[in-house]
Amino acid sequence: MNLLLIFPIVIPLATMAILLLAWKSLRIQRVLGVAGSLLSLVAATTLLIAVREHGILVLNVGDWPAPFGITLVADLLSSIMVMLASVMGVAVSIYAFRMIDDARADFGFYPVFHLLLMGVCGAFLTGDLFNLYVWFEVMLISSFVLMALGGERAQLEGAIKYVTLNLISSAVFLAAIGVLYAAMGTLNMADVALKLRSFHDADIASALSMLFLIAFGTKAAVFPLFFWLPASYHTPPAAVSAIFAGLLTKVGVYALIRAFTLLFVEDTEFTHTLLLVVAALTMVTGVLGAMAQNEIRRILSFHIVSQIGYMLMGLAINTTLALAGSIFYIIHHIVVKTNLFLIGGIIEHRLGSGRLDRVGGLFRTAPLLSVLFFISAMSLAGIPPLSGFFAKLTLIRSGLDAESYAIVITALGVSLLTLFSMTKIWSESFWKRSPVSDPLEQWSKNALTRQERISLYSPTVMLAAITIGIGVMAAPVMNLSIEAAEQLLNPDFYINSVLGEDAR
Amino acid sequence: MDIVLAITVGGLYAAGIYMMLRRSVVKLLVGLGLLSHAANLLLFTAGGVVRGRPPLVPEGETVPFGLVADPLPQALILTAIVISFAVLAFALVLIYRAVQTVETDDLHQLKATDQ
Repeated sequence: MNLLLIFPIVIPLATMAILLLAWKSLRIQRVLGVAGSLLSLVAATTLLIAVREHGILVLNVGDWPAPFGITLVADLLSSIMVMLASVMGVAVSIYAFRMIDDARADFGFYPVFHLLLMGVCGAFLTGDLFNLYVWFEVMLISSFVLMALGGERAQLEGAIKYVTLNLISSAVFLAAIGVLYAAMGTLNMADVALKLRSFHDADIASALSMLFLIAFGTKAAVFPLFFWLPASYHTPPAAVSAIFAGLLTKVGVYALIRAFTLLFVEDTEFTHTLLLVVAALTMVTGVLGAMAQNEIRRILSFHIVSQIGYMLMGLAINTTLALAGSIFYIIHHIVVKTNLFLIGGIIEHRLGSGRLDRVGGLFRTAPLLSVLFFISAMSLAGIPPLSGFFAKLTLIRSGLDAESYAIVITALGVSLLTLFSMTKIWSESFWKRSPVSDPLEQWSKNALTRQERISLYSPTVMLAAITIGIGVMAAPVMNLSIEAAEQLLNPDFYINSVLGEDAR
Repeated sequence: MDIVLAITVGGLYAAGIYMMLRRSVVKLLVGLGLLSHAANLLLFTAGGVVRGRPPLVPEGETVPFGLVADPLPQALILTAIVISFAVLAFALVLIYRAVQTVETDDLHQLKATDQ
């Protein structure tokens, strides 16, 4: 049963190894890559079902008992995240069929992509802080390669900023681990949580929480630490920036949720108030940045920043409903944001540019694409009955319950501005008259073969369908989020599952 | 010994951050290297530096007795050093390519993605 935990990590690893063996044949790499990610999806689904049925699953790797060895832990939040990661893995590996050119694939796009998925799943599943650092690095180094692969000027410039900021945050994370080990003598998250309860030195505990906030916050792109994201996310090919947009910042958010629901829960007056301020500023700066941009993928990059704020808002309010809202928001956001980047990539590919002054008239030339974009954009802005509406509704409701009106007003205002900038993309690229004299000719110049069309459109259709599905069947997803939030708010479940009932 | 290590760590952090604030990409890389070494040394110092024996468990016992060195920080640092070398090697290649493509090592010129 507990071996289920290992599959989301081993399957991408095995896929990567097999893809390396098939280095010479891109066709085999593409097919096996999709097969591998489908297999991961099966493993992730099984894991989610098992966790829901049996509660938190724990696997002590190498059979070392919990605080000494490395522990893999899957609670509902981790398994939801693993599930989302593998859905995105499937979507993007199909999309990459067409969107990753042969030169990039020749340099090993597919193996590195699966390595990235392995790092992401490992980070979600580990129960040990140093192990989390290692998975972060696995994820980062593969994302560095994906970011720079192709070596275009913009990519290299973006990669320098991306690499630097992420290395600094890794150094901070490592320092935090060192101080934590000095103070607690353990790095197992459950054990740390237990020891922090009876920890006498509040100053060191706050210093630690701030170090972790900076380290994870940089990776999640929160308010003062987000500048690397809009500078780099629009530079690589659409398939890469879609998987980055969907997953990488969310690993940071996941780590923040883990740290501030499990580890640093003693001084919530200080930490969670700070988180609330950070959340509000992240929302506002992100959306203001987005409004100033004129290129589809750049606007979307700034929106990622803004929406990280919503996820932090639920964490900062720290009630069951609020955390459930955050989790629902993450589920919704990963699906929608990946899809928007995929669609933006199709537009850029067909029209040769994503700048709003160079595109136009797409509503007439590409009706299917318009519908897909419209669904995702409206979901992002929070229009009922799409998934974003329920996510935002839950968060705002929990904010009202907690009587933090300032954040509610901010969230509502930012929502309005999000709607505004999504309509900006919509009216500029879909409704506006095309800047070229013959839009149909321009559109068909880069015409796709039937196979390419399937590879580009099927993932976007699938993700749009999931968005609608989450909206229409919001109740089961919300129940799942509430269950996950309840687990998070009772760290005892987690500690007991990892260390055993007689831990204290 | 702790004092010496603490000053070294502080000095490395200061030097690393200073180098990263310069305008050259090469100095940025040197700064990153210093910063990651500072973090490794911090981990080492915080783990406790003692003149202990190796942590070997005598036959028939379950725990080592007396003052022993803690093996865990060293294991952690070994991992961290390997990772930071790998990442630095990647960053070196990246910067080499970037300087070739952009034809400058001045960080202020790398603005194409911000406009």
